[in-house]
Amino acid sequence: MSTPMLEVTDLHKHFPIGTKGLLGKPARWLHAVDGVSFSLERGETLGLVGESGCGKSTTARAIIGLYPPTSGSVKFEGQEISHLTRSERAPFRRRIQMIFQDPYASLDPRQTVASILAEPLKIHRLAKPRERKLRAMQLLDAVGLNPRHIHRFPHEFSGGQRQRIGVARALSLEPDLIICDEPVSALDVSIQAQVVNLLEELQERFGLSYLFIAHDLAVVRHICDRVAVMYLGKVVEIAERDELFGNPQHPYTKALMSAVPHPDPRVERTRERIVLEGDVPSPLDPPSGCRFHPRCIERHKVAGDLCSTVEPQLDTRSACHLTATATAAASI
Amino acid sequence: MATPILDVQNLRVRFETHHGIVRAVDGVSFHLHEGETLGLVGESGSGKSVTNLALMGLVPQPPGVIEADRLTYQGRDLLTLSDRELRRLRGNEISMIFQDPMTSLNPLLTIGRQLTEVLEVHKKLGRREARRLSAEGLDDVGIPEPQKRLDQYPHELSGGMRQRVMIAMGLLCKPKILLADEPTTALDVTIQAQILELMRRLQESHGTAIVLVTHDLGVVAGMSDRVNVMYAGKLVETAEAGPLFEEPRHPYTKGLLGSVPRLTGDPDAELDSIPGAPPDLAALPPGCSFAPRCGFQVARCTEDIPTLFELPTVQSERRSACFEHARLGPTLIADTRGRLNGLDGNPDGDPNEGTPA
Repeated sequence: MSTPMLEVTDLHKHFPIGTKGLLGKPARWLHAVDGVSFSLERGETLGLVGESGCGKSTTARAIIGLYPPTSGSVKFEGQEISHLTRSERAPFRRRIQMIFQDPYASLDPRQTVASILAEPLKIHRLAKPRERKLRAMQLLDAVGLNPRHIHRFPHEFSGGQRQRIGVARALSLEPDLIICDEPVSALDVSIQAQVVNLLEELQERFGLSYLFIAHDLAVVRHICDRVAVMYLGKVVEIAERDELFGNPQHPYTKALMSAVPHPDPRVERTRERIVLEGDVPSPLDPPSGCRFHPRCIERHKVAGDLCSTVEPQLDTRSACHLTATATAAASI
Repeated sequence: MATPILDVQNLRVRFETHHGIVRAVDGVSFHLHEGETLGLVGESGSGKSVTNLALMGLVPQPPGVIEADRLTYQGRDLLTLSDRELRRLRGNEISMIFQDPMTSLNPLLTIGRQLTEVLEVHKKLGRREARRLSAEGLDDVGIPEPQKRLDQYPHELSGGMRQRVMIAMGLLCKPKILLADEPTTALDVTIQAQILELMRRLQESHGTAIVLVTHDLGVVAGMSDRVNVMYAGKLVETAEAGPLFEEPRHPYTKGLLGSVPRLTGDPDAELDSIPGAPPDLAALPPGCSFAPRCGFQVARCTEDIPTLFELPTVQSERRSACFEHARLGPTLIADTRGRLNGLDGNPDGDPNEGTPA
């Protein structure tokens, strides 16, 4: 097998909370990402889903180097990039780009579109000043905006158009991998569909790989080839899209899917729902054993106190004592 | 038929701004019956939240101006009530849940203080009794340890918890009408499922009528009896939930439903997005506001403003504000061509051919 485009192994990111003592040691550590592993092939889209606070955005930021990871490895085409210095990282930065959630906050309001799109080229010294403008116009055209609008400012565009500018900026350095952090969740549905279609079209055209972070499972199902489900800093299930949506294994995945309302009254009135109890526990004080066990409705199926004492490991598919026993039983 | 609890006829809300007059709500009519849930759907800026605020008299005037041919709650004209009388209704008989519990709860007061205040003001209860009922209210919405929560401040609770406090507050006086403005939009799906379940249960036990404002078509599908679809301040389609989702009769509704990614069906099919963006309310296009984005456009659409046409259906009342609504119906496809051509004078009868010369 060829080397994957991106390989993340046992990634941890812990944040210090408060201080104690004279030396200002952190009082506690918040384990935002706690041992995440996955890989991503060229041209593939991997979805990273989960609820707020599950660590999906922190994972993305640790990969791209916005946060230095606490431990673990991030390999890009086989090369370790997690502990590089700023200058060592530069060539990789060009090849891994990011699209952010909020199209209002992620564009500098005082720069014209031309200068927003030319800036990455300037920093990486990829084009002469005159070529940059032409390149900016080509980028606008590629994302479906009028190239004549390059001298406009972000406020002159609607939310959906701004998100297109964000996409154009990510494309400007001709990256191989784009990390999309909730790229459509701030947009209205009709505009959301436009941006989803655009991302798919660009992937085909430029052979891009996406790490697609979202909380909307329906969007993820639409755009991703494989999906990893996160809960409290850990991946609880990872599978091919059709496998995951057609036959979810982990009780959390099942509950998450069941919670998504279907835009069809007949389905909505009749389908059985799994309604989880309580909230996601604080990552400062995660439950013992399996982190999902206090909310899990299938817990009674596992004998003894296994779920509350022993942390299940992610096998090839899911991190659950229940599925582990099922697999073990099947293999005997 | 029973008299509606809320009757809204030709509601108009406009704001006089520096950029001109913004007609945020432009001629909206509907009624609401006891125990019914009415979904109010549309994208940002369609006027759905302002409609709700206007019902409660919460649109600041000026710059806002609220007008209506009729706006009555149980036969009482809401537009002529004094501030004092309105205050007596608000939070008591008509209450509201807002989208963002972080900004709608007072951060300086304990949960208990904010809940008991409602009961002390509206029901003239004593402190102790109000506190007891508040704890019960929290328990009803599934908040563990309600007594302890009463002494906590909003920041000590999680988002889902705060939203539940908002709902408990909205339901404390057992209102006749609950105006819920995106009550679950800020929440994660598993918490959203809990809150929706809760609203369904409470509606069953109290017979509360709900106006549910949301942009989430899935939530609407699961909750509403009837649905109003709004676009650029106008009602463009109204129908019972089932028929609306099954067979939308306005191009905008059809477009919205096509744009939603789903958990069922072919995941690789391209989404039918609606081209363009919603119009600027201060500079609406002539004719139908949706015409510039519409695939069913004919010459007339850019000249006349369509009113809500009553559609002949076997089911209950159904209306669409589209000249071409018949073309979206299934039964009429075969024989409409001729009729339509006669109607709008477009000899081609093809929407994509554009306007005849």
